[in-house]
Amino acid sequence: MKKPAFKQIDGNSTNYWMLLALLGSFVLAAVGSHFYMEHGGHYVTGMNNQIVWGLPHVFAVFLIVAASGALNIASISSVFGKTAYKPLAPLSTLVALALLAGGLMVLVLDLGRPDRLIVAMTYYNFKSIFAWNMILYNGFFIIVGIYMWTMLQRNINKYSKVAGMSAFIWRLMLTTGTGSIFGFLVARQAYDAAIMAPMFVVMSFSFGLAIFLLIVMASYKWTERPLGDAMFKRLKNLLGVFVAGVLYFVIAQHLTNLYATEHHGVEAFILRDGGIYTQLFWYGQIILGSLIPLAIIYHPATGNSRSAISIASIFVILGGLAQMYVIIIGGQAYPLDMFPGKEISSSFFDGVVGSYTPTLAEALLGIGGFAVSLFMVAFAVKVLRFLPESLADEAVDPHHSK
Amino acid sequence: MSPTNSEQKTDQYRRKFLGQSAAVAGLAIAPGIVLNQVAHAKSDADKASAANRWGMLIDTTKCAKGCTDCVTACKTENGWGSVDGKASAEKLSNTEQQAQWIRKVTITDKQTGHVQSLPLMCQHCETAPCVDVCPTGASMKREDGIVQVDKHICIGCRYCMMACPYKARSFIHEKLELQKATAPRGIGTVESCNMCAHRVDKDQNPACVEACSKADHNAILFGDLKDANSEISKELKKHGGEQIRADLGLNTGVRYQGL
Repeated sequence: MKKPAFKQIDGNSTNYWMLLALLGSFVLAAVGSHFYMEHGGHYVTGMNNQIVWGLPHVFAVFLIVAASGALNIASISSVFGKTAYKPLAPLSTLVALALLAGGLMVLVLDLGRPDRLIVAMTYYNFKSIFAWNMILYNGFFIIVGIYMWTMLQRNINKYSKVAGMSAFIWRLMLTTGTGSIFGFLVARQAYDAAIMAPMFVVMSFSFGLAIFLLIVMASYKWTERPLGDAMFKRLKNLLGVFVAGVLYFVIAQHLTNLYATEHHGVEAFILRDGGIYTQLFWYGQIILGSLIPLAIIYHPATGNSRSAISIASIFVILGGLAQMYVIIIGGQAYPLDMFPGKEISSSFFDGVVGSYTPTLAEALLGIGGFAVSLFMVAFAVKVLRFLPESLADEAVDPHHSK
Repeated sequence: MSPTNSEQKTDQYRRKFLGQSAAVAGLAIAPGIVLNQVAHAKSDADKASAANRWGMLIDTTKCAKGCTDCVTACKTENGWGSVDGKASAEKLSNTEQQAQWIRKVTITDKQTGHVQSLPLMCQHCETAPCVDVCPTGASMKREDGIVQVDKHICIGCRYCMMACPYKARSFIHEKLELQKATAPRGIGTVESCNMCAHRVDKDQNPACVEACSKADHNAILFGDLKDANSEISKELKKHGGEQIRADLGLNTGVRYQGL
């Protein structure tokens, strides 16, 4: 296989500038939403003392999880030695960094006191998984940044395997840490499960690859560079495996809970009686986000169609957001079970399903996270050589004709 | 050789300059010293000490259904919610967003229909999940077991609210005015019952305890769990006291009888 040739995109078409302008306007809307929410306080949001983490967290956690998943392609090439993926490895690190930046922006701008972020950066309570995550996130930027550098600068290419291995281990720790935010919450029926950590790892594979696949397909189409079937099929088959993997973990999680009587209440809530959460679970997460994409990916009629796979990827992303909504908001909406076997009522909404109606500001802040990530990617591929000139079959797979 | 006129003058200037400098330096340092004294005004005996562990024992059989005197007293003492028909300090927040440090809950046994009423607030756990999860250390436990939030370093991440098994915490959703000097509250930070630490430090009972005994219910007993001779310790030894969600093994400072 010959060395892949990388080249910046031209990025001077009207469409390119339109794309940047569109993404930029969403970023501005997010910043505006942040000032609106912080100016007078969170009372303008749908969040309350029952649902303390709202839509911004859904987007933030989704993006953070997807970030480490986007690094997969690079990991597969340098850690597992699959050279076919090597041409996409630099882009993979770029998307990973951009998604993490977008997710963290949303997370930080939703804090009650984002002006005090310096406190969180300088003081660490090491028993807090949040504090650990701050180290994991910052470390991710540094390690993946170095990894990217070793790939971009030719004379230090030899270090890219070591850097890639470090980044791979780090990204596993990062998603484990993110899943553990929920896994370590002993108080709530919907969380407090060790399966959260590995489930988040597999979720990251799926969400990150769906976003990465869309970025690759869009950028190759828009720049009229060749993207051969060999690479396309590898990526879409991988997505299928990951989507199925997430489904497996979701089934395992719910079956385990369904067996234990103490979890029957929360399971009935999510799977049957939870209204919007039940609908999002079945229609959003399971049907739209898992079953339909699997059918599209593996059905011979649609599996080879680029537009069908684009739709499948979009469905995986929407299903992933639905899953995050069910986990984060559904998990809080289910009332705390403080007195088993007893009904509880009070002026503080004890024993009542938490109510939450997201506001436009929260949605714009969350979408702004996506916009920041995509803006960073679109800008970076113009100024630096991230994209291979060709991903045609003969460029990625020397055996393609055999 | 006697000094010349001009040399004498220079000396005078020098003396004057040094004197003035010393005065300025003194003025600059003085407030710091005074503040330092204020900050360390408490004698060691007054400080929260690990020799104590403050706790409460709530007898649900004595807690009167419909009585909310403990809640009202907490509001008055700490300046949250609406008291005496006055508007709540949180004017813009809806009822689901307004803070509640303590509330009366009614629990009904699903099998027997037995109804009980009890006050619920921060349980002041020995191994508090809110303290564990707080990234900045704002959610902290004093030496004497009182769990509270340092509102100066709380970043408002709300992880403690996710972690609390008792739903004891509230987030402040708006700017607040007219606060109590003893209970500062701030937009974007989390707060909860702190067992009236400012009163405990003055050897007084928490406001809820005082109100309950004023109403002649005496359902809440406050005292030092580490002092074997305290009333609360003796009562616990004699009749026991349950923890809410004892399965979590948090060793709560607030115990209940008759659950």
